[in-house]
Amino acid sequence: MSAPAIELSGLGKRYVIEHESRHDNLRDQLHHTARKLWRRVRWGTSFAREEFWALRDISFSVQPGEVVGLIGRNGAGKSTLLKILSRITEPTTGRIKLRGRVASLLEVGTGFHPDLTGRENIFLNGAILGMSRAEIRSKFDEIVAFAEVERFLDTPVKRYSSGMYVRLAFAVAAHLEPEILIVDEVLAVGDIAFQKKCLGKMQDISRAEGRTVLFVSHNLASIRQLCTSAVLLEAGAVRMTGACNQVLELYQSGLTGADNTSIPAPTVDLLDRGYVTGVDVETIDGRPQPVVPVGQPWRVRVRFRIVRSQENFVAAVGFKAVDGVSAQTAWCPPQHLSPGDYEAIFVQDRVALAAGAYLVRIGLSSNDRTFQQFDATRVDIVSDGVQGFYPRTSGVGVVLNSMSTSIARLP
Amino acid sequence: MIEPGRNAARYWSDLWRYRELLGFLAWRDIKVRYKQAVFGAGWALFQPLLTTIIFTFVFGRIANMPDGGVPYPVLVLAGLMPWQLFSNALNSASASVVGNSHLVSKVYFPRLVIPLSSLGVSLVDFAVVFALFVAMAGWFGVYPSWHWIALPLLVALALLLALGAGLWLTSLTVRFRDFRFIVPFLLQIGVFVSPVGFRTDFYPNWRTLLGLNPLTGVIDGFRWCLLNGAQKVDLLSLAYSVVAAVVLLASGLWYFRRTERQFADII
Repeated sequence: MSAPAIELSGLGKRYVIEHESRHDNLRDQLHHTARKLWRRVRWGTSFAREEFWALRDISFSVQPGEVVGLIGRNGAGKSTLLKILSRITEPTTGRIKLRGRVASLLEVGTGFHPDLTGRENIFLNGAILGMSRAEIRSKFDEIVAFAEVERFLDTPVKRYSSGMYVRLAFAVAAHLEPEILIVDEVLAVGDIAFQKKCLGKMQDISRAEGRTVLFVSHNLASIRQLCTSAVLLEAGAVRMTGACNQVLELYQSGLTGADNTSIPAPTVDLLDRGYVTGVDVETIDGRPQPVVPVGQPWRVRVRFRIVRSQENFVAAVGFKAVDGVSAQTAWCPPQHLSPGDYEAIFVQDRVALAAGAYLVRIGLSSNDRTFQQFDATRVDIVSDGVQGFYPRTSGVGVVLNSMSTSIARLP
Repeated sequence: MIEPGRNAARYWSDLWRYRELLGFLAWRDIKVRYKQAVFGAGWALFQPLLTTIIFTFVFGRIANMPDGGVPYPVLVLAGLMPWQLFSNALNSASASVVGNSHLVSKVYFPRLVIPLSSLGVSLVDFAVVFALFVAMAGWFGVYPSWHWIALPLLVALALLLALGAGLWLTSLTVRFRDFRFIVPFLLQIGVFVSPVGFRTDFYPNWRTLLGLNPLTGVIDGFRWCLLNGAQKVDLLSLAYSVVAAVVLLASGLWYFRRTERQFADII
């Protein structure tokens, strides 16, 4: 076996969070420095500085020609790892050996300038991604053909439709010819036909041309389609590396979902009234399940304590896609509740949500006045490993199959 | 090979590899600058022209400053050109890194490319104003002579001064956005403490004090060069400008390199 194309050993990245405040302006900084000195003189203490390791002791290697999927939940450190591999930020510890020219695509259309024309942006973007002028010129026609924007080459890109914009941007990036290609979730844009085209192009790049690709996506179907092996990150550490299927299985089994439910401590006000004590996302038979296949039933359990009797009490659960779209809300009918501990159960069985990540928002109210509301946890709906549910992909709306349908032959 | 804090040696060769990007970024800034403006590059002329008229009126007529036989508008414009070159360059260099934050957080390249490429626009504006100067000087009967050979050196000196200060300011702006407000303020004061509207050689007592401003040497140099020696240049203040440029540039580079690796984290 030849030398690995990418070799990481003991890689770590630390961020320091100062809890007092951020000091992005000079006045704050001076003020803070003065207070720090003062505290040190008076009490001999300093402000809490919390160290946060976004990545810790990451080691794995990638063989030339391999296509590796990098998966993990939000905050697992995927983006940080890609940023280090792309040399945008430096690691705190450890080292990386990269054999070959690296190109990274963390975003589609980095450096596109809205006032420049399509033609000009191809050159600009190409240069930003590390292509030479001669290289861009020789691939120019190919790029234009792939993006299907011939007619608008001399129009400023700010007048492009968003689809054209994305196509052009991806086309430039797809024609890079590095030995190692690092790609972040860029296929999540554009319409389905274009996504397919991009996926096909990525396959060409890896299979036909034998390049090494490191690929991040939340779309597990495309990971399964493209990748030969995968790396699962969890809370900044490598949880598992290996064949794509096995890693995906572990990821999907939900065992990987560390308990990331957060319930805010009740305020004085709430302690006197009522507050949420626990939230669980689980299967119908009660197993915790933060990762749910599309169309599978699941439920949310909300436990709360009522301290003072509540009139017209309503407990509600809302789901908001992480890209900001509110998807649905469910609530129990208003009722009178006397003090005590309660549990509300919300079952999702008739209607399916499209694949994606959703924030679960909990709200308590009485007499139409909300008194507690917060995002408690996250649920990942995945389209992979689903049988008999059509269509499985996202991109067809947030709510799937909520209408009753039938087909009858007409006489 | 990527290791914490060990990428210095490769930096300069990388900078050379990315020279085309430098050109592209400068070209982008130039191209975009006067897009969707009806008068286009006319704006590059309008501002110095109006300033020249006002300064001629204020310093030449009202204050009645000596002109030593040089037409006052020519005298003013010869001093205004280096000042504008410097202030435009400093302005764009110090705003450059934050202005390109979308690049900084998404792609790798030696960050030094950004402030360097930002100088392109000010050079183009300078070229436009220079054409105006040649026309105006010809109109008043001042023609090019061998003195003008020194011009490229003086332009370089003005740019290096601006770059040195710009490197400091642009790295500081990444961390402290306060500097966005400080730069215009400094430049506003600068035009008055630099001998833009008057010549220094008639005020020997003040020359030393004015000479503390490193731009004085540059502006005097420009006048010597473009007015064909009609204003003598104080070699001491010119030398001082050169030293100031070298010190600013070296320290600016040092500070930029030191903070650059954190740009993506804090921008």
